[in-house]
Amino acid sequence: MSIIVITILALCAIGVTAAIILFFVAQKFKVYEDPRIDEVEEALPAANCGGCGYPGCRGFAEALVKADDISKMNCPVGGVSVMSQVGSILGHEISASEPTVAVVRCNGTCENRPKTNQYDGAPSCTIAASLYSGETGCQFGCLGLGECVDACNFDAMYMDKETGLPVIIEDKCVSCGACVKACPNNIIELRKKGPKSRRVFVSCVNKDKGAIAKKACDVACIGCGKCVKECPFDAITLENNLAYIDYNKCKLCRKCVVVCPTNAIHELNFPPRKETPAGKSTATSVKPVVAPKAEVKAEEAPKTEPTANDETTENK
Amino acid sequence: MLKTFSLGGIHPAENKLSASSAIQVLPIPETVSIPISQHIGAPATPIVKKNDEVKVGQLIAKSSGFVSANIHSSVSGTVFKVDEIMDASGFRKTSIIIKVDGDKWMETIDRSEDLVKEISASKEEIIKKIAEAGIVGLGGATFPAHVKLSVPPGKTAEVLIINAVECEPYLTSDHRVMLEKGDEVLVGTQILMKALGVDRAIVGIENNKPDAIAHLTKLAVNYQGIEICPLKTQYPQGGEKQLISAIIKREIPSGALPIEVGAVVQNVGSALAVYEAIQKNKPLFERVATITGKSLKNPSNWRFRIGTPVKDLIDAAGGLPEDTGKIIGGGPMMGKALTTVDVPLTKGSSGLLLLPREEAARKESKPCIRCGKCVSVCPMGLEPFLLMVLADKKEYDRLESDAVMDCIECGSCSFTCPANRPLLDYIRLGKGKVGQIMRSRK
Repeated sequence: MSIIVITILALCAIGVTAAIILFFVAQKFKVYEDPRIDEVEEALPAANCGGCGYPGCRGFAEALVKADDISKMNCPVGGVSVMSQVGSILGHEISASEPTVAVVRCNGTCENRPKTNQYDGAPSCTIAASLYSGETGCQFGCLGLGECVDACNFDAMYMDKETGLPVIIEDKCVSCGACVKACPNNIIELRKKGPKSRRVFVSCVNKDKGAIAKKACDVACIGCGKCVKECPFDAITLENNLAYIDYNKCKLCRKCVVVCPTNAIHELNFPPRKETPAGKSTATSVKPVVAPKAEVKAEEAPKTEPTANDETTENK
Repeated sequence: MLKTFSLGGIHPAENKLSASSAIQVLPIPETVSIPISQHIGAPATPIVKKNDEVKVGQLIAKSSGFVSANIHSSVSGTVFKVDEIMDASGFRKTSIIIKVDGDKWMETIDRSEDLVKEISASKEEIIKKIAEAGIVGLGGATFPAHVKLSVPPGKTAEVLIINAVECEPYLTSDHRVMLEKGDEVLVGTQILMKALGVDRAIVGIENNKPDAIAHLTKLAVNYQGIEICPLKTQYPQGGEKQLISAIIKREIPSGALPIEVGAVVQNVGSALAVYEAIQKNKPLFERVATITGKSLKNPSNWRFRIGTPVKDLIDAAGGLPEDTGKIIGGGPMMGKALTTVDVPLTKGSSGLLLLPREEAARKESKPCIRCGKCVSVCPMGLEPFLLMVLADKKEYDRLESDAVMDCIECGSCSFTCPANRPLLDYIRLGKGKVGQIMRSRK
């Protein structure tokens, strides 16, 4: 009987001593963590996409709490609503930042941009881009292997089988920029979403001279400069035979769309024009109206079929 | 027991279809496009402009750094334009396009066929002249030759190794050069020995070329210090590190150059070019290439002027076969598929291989079963299956510590993989990224 009592008492004594020691140790080595970090993290969408530039939502929350000025920091997933919530936790004023969306700046569909050879290397855009200039005559455009789609964490992209180009589902796109980083040819750009999602942009990244660009792709920007002259707001610049529309200056007047001789400038989500000029795009989708093309010289050259790479695994 | 390198290696079907076809001279085309970047290193700077008259052998683009090479006109005529055109690398690059008019050579070039054995130039003169002649490694890597011959201070060269291995299946241009220009090659070797200040040179030849071994062994008796070393046929024995391991049994440390173990390697084609540059004053503007393929009418070897379109060479060999699936610049293992037949042949064009469609297509890639075949064939002792995964997952730190930069891109791993995985594609990608990171650190 007494053995049991002694054992219980001894164990209790050890437990109490250990508890006292642990109490003082915990006091001594206490790590202070700002309780607001937890609060901010709670407010963030927990997507951990890295779109803000920090390692996950926790990392961003820590950075937000530490920062004196959070006006430059933005959660692309949550947008203004989340950021204003964060602002109220941290006591900062949040001015509404313009929402952005990813835009694919290439319209080199199989029809517009006939293939001159066939790639059968590893299915990765980065590898294809490091090997050669691609399956078509255009060395700047989309390679069509879908690395951007793989990079998207929000199911906001898919490859259109018909055009061979990636398509962005606007409603799902959180503008995290993962696709922008994944694309080796820098085709995708984050652009201002615009009122009612209306946007005007140059859907081409070809820097070749006009004749070469046009030969490779029917809807390439040929660097003619008509849009630059037409733009009343100086929003368009021409560099290396390629026009670029600054979305902060663009007032969406759509004058440039009309003058572009190759339909390289796209307008999105606009209502149809009143007097529709023949052959011009009244696009409400990603696919613009394309001038009918005489014939696609797809089968022209069986001689130029070769692909990107080496090892023939022949076993004889 | 014949010598070979110690680690890994494969033996693909040799297919040396054109081995018995003597070197023919390809007619001069109507226009040539001479890229200014035909070598490893900085592209040359063009020194001619539109409408300039040029002669055969005239300097048209100047070396723009130590690791760079001069480029000479391969034809006489008028410069049509200096513009960007698609070349064998698969990208548009600056080239000098010349419209041919006649065949007027520079007066300084000795066009006679006589063998000049006497080496009158001094060591410094030789290296200077090799640099001026724009000679690059003609095995395919196109590393400027004068850079290899300039031994860095603190290092000494003990032996010169002439790479006459031609381990790539199908290719036979070096083989024919040895048979037809044996004496010139050996004089070229002696010139290189003088430039390096070594008294020993070893010519490594694989034993699938017994006639070349016999021919050069017979000739080498007359040349002091040159030995012929027959080697067991094994790919990639033509790799510098593998050849050194096979012949002198020394291993080059990771990241170091052959001079670290006292060896300098030059290709047999380069030895011929050196002979012509020093003894005949002829810069590098023509070379020998093989055109081959199982469906091709006439697999053969041709001496062509640099800048000739690939199309001309195909036409000379009997035209493009119906069933061609890929046109590969170089050999089947390390060569690169061309996108059009309009690209020019360059200093690095050792061959052109026309693969039939069924052989050219890649087979479907399946998951890795960890069989380790790629590890056992890797001549550098790497783990290709692991490097591929690391490259795909963008684990660049681990790629670096797993010595991805040691990969010589021989393609043995991809060749041997039973699951047809594109190992080398990803390793090369990782190598590129790690290389960038390492350069940015400096």
